[in-house]
Amino acid sequence: MKYLHTFAEKCNGCNTCMSVCSQLYFKVDDPEKSAIKVSAAGKNSFALSVCNQCRVCVAECPTAAITVNKLGVVMINKTLCINCLACVAACPTDVMMTYRGGLVPFKCIACDACAKQCPTGALKIEVKED
Amino acid sequence: MSTNEAKYDIEKFKKAHKILKEFSYELKPVVKGYNDRTLYINLATLEIKEKPVPAAMKKKFIGGKGFDLKLLWDAVSGSTRWDSPENEICIATGPIAGNTNYPGSGKSLVTTISPQTGIPIDSNVGGHFGPYLKFSGFDAMEIQDKSDRDVIIYIDGNQGKIQIFEAPLEALDSHVLAEQLHEMYAANEREKQHVSVVSAGRGSEHAWIGCLNFSYWDKRRKLPRLKQAGRGGIGTVFRNKKIKALVVKYSGLTGKSNNPVDLETLQKTGLKLHKEIISLDDKQCQMRTIGTAHLVEIMNDYDLLPTKNFRFGSHPDAVKLASWVWKKYFTQNVPDGCWYGCTMSCAHGVDNFELKTGPYKGHKVLVDGPEYETVGGCGSNPAIFDPDAVIEINFYCDTYGLDTISFGTLTGFIMDCYENGILNKERTGGLEMTWGNWRAALEMMHQIARGEGFGLVAGKGVKYMQEYFAKEYGADAQFLKDIGMHGKGLEQSEYQSKESLAQQGGYYLTNKGPQHDEAWLIFMDMVNNQIPTFEKKAEALHYFPVFRTWFSLQGLCKLPWNDVEPADNAEQDEPNKVPAHVQNYVDIYNAITGEKIDKKELMLQSERVYNFQRVFNLKMGHGKRPDDYPPYRAMGPVTAEEYESRAERYDKALQEKQNINPQGKSTEEKIKLLRQYREQQYESLIDAVFKRRGWSRDGVPTVEHLKEIGMDLPELIELVKKHL
Ligand code: SF4
Ligand code: SF4
Ligand code: SF4
Repeated sequence: MKYLHTFAEKCNGCNTCMSVCSQLYFKVDDPEKSAIKVSAAGKNSFALSVCNQCRVCVAECPTAAITVNKLGVVMINKTLCINCLACVAACPTDVMMTYRGGLVPFKCIACDACAKQCPTGALKIEVKED
Repeated sequence: MSTNEAKYDIEKFKKAHKILKEFSYELKPVVKGYNDRTLYINLATLEIKEKPVPAAMKKKFIGGKGFDLKLLWDAVSGSTRWDSPENEICIATGPIAGNTNYPGSGKSLVTTISPQTGIPIDSNVGGHFGPYLKFSGFDAMEIQDKSDRDVIIYIDGNQGKIQIFEAPLEALDSHVLAEQLHEMYAANEREKQHVSVVSAGRGSEHAWIGCLNFSYWDKRRKLPRLKQAGRGGIGTVFRNKKIKALVVKYSGLTGKSNNPVDLETLQKTGLKLHKEIISLDDKQCQMRTIGTAHLVEIMNDYDLLPTKNFRFGSHPDAVKLASWVWKKYFTQNVPDGCWYGCTMSCAHGVDNFELKTGPYKGHKVLVDGPEYETVGGCGSNPAIFDPDAVIEINFYCDTYGLDTISFGTLTGFIMDCYENGILNKERTGGLEMTWGNWRAALEMMHQIARGEGFGLVAGKGVKYMQEYFAKEYGADAQFLKDIGMHGKGLEQSEYQSKESLAQQGGYYLTNKGPQHDEAWLIFMDMVNNQIPTFEKKAEALHYFPVFRTWFSLQGLCKLPWNDVEPADNAEQDEPNKVPAHVQNYVDIYNAITGEKIDKKELMLQSERVYNFQRVFNLKMGHGKRPDDYPPYRAMGPVTAEEYESRAERYDKALQEKQNINPQGKSTEEKIKLLRQYREQQYESLIDAVFKRRGWSRDGVPTVEHLKEIGMDLPELIELVKKHL
């Protein structure tokens, strides 16, 4: 499966990834609308939260709007989603995201956009066996 | 799993349809949880019309069961019987219903004048029909009068179109009919989830315990699921009106379909409960893996699981029906919510179950359930300790349109009569109705479906049989009265109330009959002794029935209220009320409707409708104190065998509560003494409860009380005055 591997120890907290992600998918620079979240985890250290493609949410979705694509990435079909947020609650790592006023949840689809721009190499798309 | 393509000749069915009536209506969005209109259909005149919901109706009746009862009240008179043309079937949701965020928000409420009780019955049922009806444009629908041929009513909620048509060829049994209609109305596989079907079955045509099946499409199983509006014979009325099915189709559901005023609060509150359920359910009720069937061994351990027609509360073989057995049968790891967004997900099913009897013998079917009530009713109560048999009974009850609770309780009654010589093989037409004989029980059910033999008698329920056996076979009427587990004509649901006075009230001081959806007080009363005095019992018998009525005003499921509790619930004041969840309800109601109610107003909303229903019973010639008594078996030991089975408990009670030394007394004497005491206790309970509810000694809501709660509608005042 393809996923975004994070190396939090390399993160310098510049928030570039959040800008890239929210701009790509929501056309705004807004951390609330980024599928990856950077948060402070002590002095000069940061935590990175992002989907690891574990598939727990897939089983939870009542309309089968969440599926796994050929590359092993977990995807949401917006037209099937009825906005119940069950997947948000079910995600063991709290990375199925929502924003205030939003209806369809969103998540990292391992597109590589943020990783390409990360100045420290803290993000990397990798493939692991299912 | 196979797909259904080409399983049925849908084109042939369609060709045989004859349109009787078409009706168009204007599509309008739901605003703050309401459409402010209802749908009226008359099957004899074929009139279809919209009715506006006046502001006063909204204020006093809120929605759901409140709307149903108001429409039904206006349609019937005191002399209306279940099969009178003016009787209606009303289906409603409620302002909160249909939201996809808060678990348990998709219930339909169904009412009619019951063939079993002669008063309004109401049933709270899952499936997608109610919410789709709502988003198609109607807060409720009422169907009056009868057709002279089998019809289907179709509502297209995206086009604003309603059709009534003759439908001669589709199946009658629900598991087939629902599948046919999902297929017929979906242009492709994906559209099947936008369809919902209401149907009964062949059994409903011949029995008074007919139920309705409300469907939803299960995308993963590629089959319709069936949820039952079980109690009180609504399916019987449905088939008496010659309705084959109701079908609604609606696409476009979103988290905003109710147009709530405060989406954020709704989402936040829903998410909070989703998280609670997902993290705590495994440690608490295991609804997500087993559902209500998790209760079987708990009830057995506390001596509360009905066995042998409620003689006893436990049985050594009950482990064969325990939760871990069901867990193995139920397909795991699939979302089993009966409405979108219910993470409680308790509506489990058994897949690929091979039937051993009846017209579908050899078929591999999907069985919805069994839930606890079915296991208690169709398993332990007739002493059928074979899970396969329980599943098969469950399946046939559903597809024939028969209520599993009534079927279970009446089967227990029949087996009891058989053992006592009131029935024999000759009288049952060859059915050997001995304890545990599931083949005979199933054959009796197939007879109901075919409309023949002893099944015709059995299907009319316990009350009918009591009278029939006394008249036809000269059986002891008092004994039949003592062991016939019904109140007002409705069979009791599946808990032992013998040792809990409060639960006797919880069952029998109810509006529709002994059904556990008003109050379940056994643990509070018997196990934890939290309500020792009459006043405390009366307070509980006021609070819980009134509070729980609110679910039915809103189109909510009761289970997410207290089948999961916040981790700190036990530390709260009054943990039995689950105060944090009650606050959630206040919050989501306000978030959707824009009102500003608090917990007190929530109770008042319910209390108005609760009292209205009581007065409705009065209108139908019932609803007074004499209607509110249990059969003695619900209160104590009828036979020596029952007394002996709990001799220690009863002897102690005689000594401690009545100051009678049991030594040297015969069991019969002791039964009599205990009975006197318990019957007296029940009288005192009624006095206390009626007083707390603001009713007269006779059980009639007083004028002052109706004024106090703001339900002093002229018609009600006029009616109660005649009885005060
Ligand atoms: S969103 Fe959460 S639950 Fe879904 S695949 Fe990603 S990490 Fe797993
Ligand atoms: S919010 Fe959408 S994607 Fe998530 S579980 Fe609900 S329907 Fe599925
Ligand atoms: S708790 Fe169970 S019955 Fe209630 S709405 Fe959820 S799935 Fe349906």
